[in-house]
Amino acid sequence: MSHSVNEAAETGPSQRGAEIGVGIAMAIIAIIGIIGSLRVGIGWAAEGPRAGFFPFYISLIVLISCAFNVASAAMQAKDGGVFATWSQLVKVMQVLVPTAIYALVIPSTGIYVASALLIALFMRWFGKYNWLIVAAVAIGLPIFTFVTFEIWFLVPLPKGPFEAALGF
Amino acid sequence: MLEDVGNLFHGFAVVAQPYNLLLMVVGIVLGVIVGVLPGLGGANGIAILLPLTFSMSPTSAIIMLSCIYWGALFGGAITSILFNIPGEPWSVATTFDGYPMAQKGKAGEALTAAFTSSFVGALFAVIVITLVAPLVASFALEFGPPEIFSVYFLAFCSFVGLSKEPPFKTIASMMLGFGLGAVGLDQMTGQLRLTFGFESMLNGFDFLIAVIGLFGIGEILLTMEEGLSFRGKSAKLNMKVVLNTWAELPRYWMLSLRSCLIGCWMGISPAGATPASFMSYGIAKRISKRGRFFGTGEIEGVVAPETAAHAAGTAALLPMISLGVPGSPTAAVLLGGLLIWGLQPGPLLFTEQKDFVWGLIASMYMGNIVGLIIVLTCVPMFAAILRIPFSVIAPIILVFCAIGAYTVHNNTFDVVMMVVFGIAGYLMKKTNYPLAPMVLAIVLGDKAEESFRQSLLGSQGSFSVFWSSALVSTIMTLGLIALFWPLIQNAWTKLRGSAGEPHPAE
Repeated sequence: MSHSVNEAAETGPSQRGAEIGVGIAMAIIAIIGIIGSLRVGIGWAAEGPRAGFFPFYISLIVLISCAFNVASAAMQAKDGGVFATWSQLVKVMQVLVPTAIYALVIPSTGIYVASALLIALFMRWFGKYNWLIVAAVAIGLPIFTFVTFEIWFLVPLPKGPFEAALGF
Repeated sequence: MLEDVGNLFHGFAVVAQPYNLLLMVVGIVLGVIVGVLPGLGGANGIAILLPLTFSMSPTSAIIMLSCIYWGALFGGAITSILFNIPGEPWSVATTFDGYPMAQKGKAGEALTAAFTSSFVGALFAVIVITLVAPLVASFALEFGPPEIFSVYFLAFCSFVGLSKEPPFKTIASMMLGFGLGAVGLDQMTGQLRLTFGFESMLNGFDFLIAVIGLFGIGEILLTMEEGLSFRGKSAKLNMKVVLNTWAELPRYWMLSLRSCLIGCWMGISPAGATPASFMSYGIAKRISKRGRFFGTGEIEGVVAPETAAHAAGTAALLPMISLGVPGSPTAAVLLGGLLIWGLQPGPLLFTEQKDFVWGLIASMYMGNIVGLIIVLTCVPMFAAILRIPFSVIAPIILVFCAIGAYTVHNNTFDVVMMVVFGIAGYLMKKTNYPLAPMVLAIVLGDKAEESFRQSLLGSQGSFSVFWSSALVSTIMTLGLIALFWPLIQNAWTKLRGSAGEPHPAE
């Protein structure tokens, strides 16, 4: 594809590189699996195949498949297209980073406060909504989930100091 | 046979209880919403809501969750036709002719055709389930470990052979799933394995977390990358359009029947709804008199993929309830639900949990009728959901995914794992690794391993046990044929010269 007019905006990590990277990452997991299986024993014991028997061969198959996948990716032409453009990756990170922080702070802040902040961030940052609507959704949704889960279905969700201060 | 009919009517009586009917409607509405929204599909919609059903009776729970599934199947068509965005992978083929129809101002016809053919496909598959599942189950009651393993083997080999992704990617992704499923306590020896001393690894990787991460978070990341903005056709569906379309549809009965058969076949073998819809569309295009107009807004191009997708999605439950082998990721999540509710999926269900099985089958009939009515009457409402900007929808979906992941084990670490699976899902999707076999492998890993090791135990480690009887040899051989299907097909086409046209799995 020779859309060279807007090539400046279309750069990014290559698909080929990404395929090789994913293949290698899987191979590393497979090697970890093989090591773990060897530790518990892959052979035959009095009670039959030992605990590592099945995962060992599974990991071995993953490793072999990865070798094929990495090799076939490496043989692709170097200009096999981009995995995603840099601007697309920036967008992905804009979602991924807040989500990762969200997941990490839940144990300390509880899920309700964290959710309110996540929603507020998205609506204000990407959506450019005015604060009134942001506040309505960001506070309304956690209250709605609180009522549904804690009161209606009696499923407790993680709570932090804020809920404790309110007496829950 | 007659006894089954009695059981089925008993099932209808169970489903017709007001509480269950209410759950059915709730399930379908939630399902359509889940099907319409990007990032929430049938599989992870059910995974997120599964914890809410822990306190219900299994029958009520399965009615609600399976109705989410029907709703999601219906919902996928709405976004495909009105917005040219497939809400679900199996509705990609519906966009080919559905969206052009909407552009020509025939959105109403396209939607009616899609919903009605979905309904026909599902109904056909449910009838097949009603007739065939009890037979398969009674047959499967005789199965020993080698037979059980051979069925798993066949199921997983079909994935490799029928997938359109490169075989080694399918194998890698599937085996990785088995590996993840093996982490934690070994069911047979009670030994811990692959935990490397991390306490959080003791329980292994829960497939629900994997489903929510891989499909939910991964999908959000993909949607974000594409910078989705919804510019859709407006949906107006009045009774006149519906009736006119219904008057036109019986003309395509051959097409429907063929699509039903393709759907059922692909659904029972775990290829699933997505390839079924493409295959049905492709064959319809080749056979139809108006085939060369396909892609410009032909009603047949909507009927074919929708019928097949819905038939396949429904038929995927046949092996799940009769053999304990799910035919699709969504069926896999439902199977996981059975395990959580304390039911043993597989042939014993038909003898030990009659209420449950026949309640489920009856709810398939009722659910699809109720679903058809709901989608036909509420299209504008569901289409309006898509007009909510992504900056509002995305964080709300993320919050629900997090709640769903947390409630599985009341563990905040699972939310972190969900994000990790999300990143993995995004990367794997972008590099063409299929996710469905991975999820199925995580769900079935323990059972497949157990039957494998028990078989080997019986034979003192000799693999000849898998070719020890006519039945088990047949299933294993079918598995090998499925595994090497692309190679066999290639060889066959070469043998017959270039005239042989590719005509997969027919």
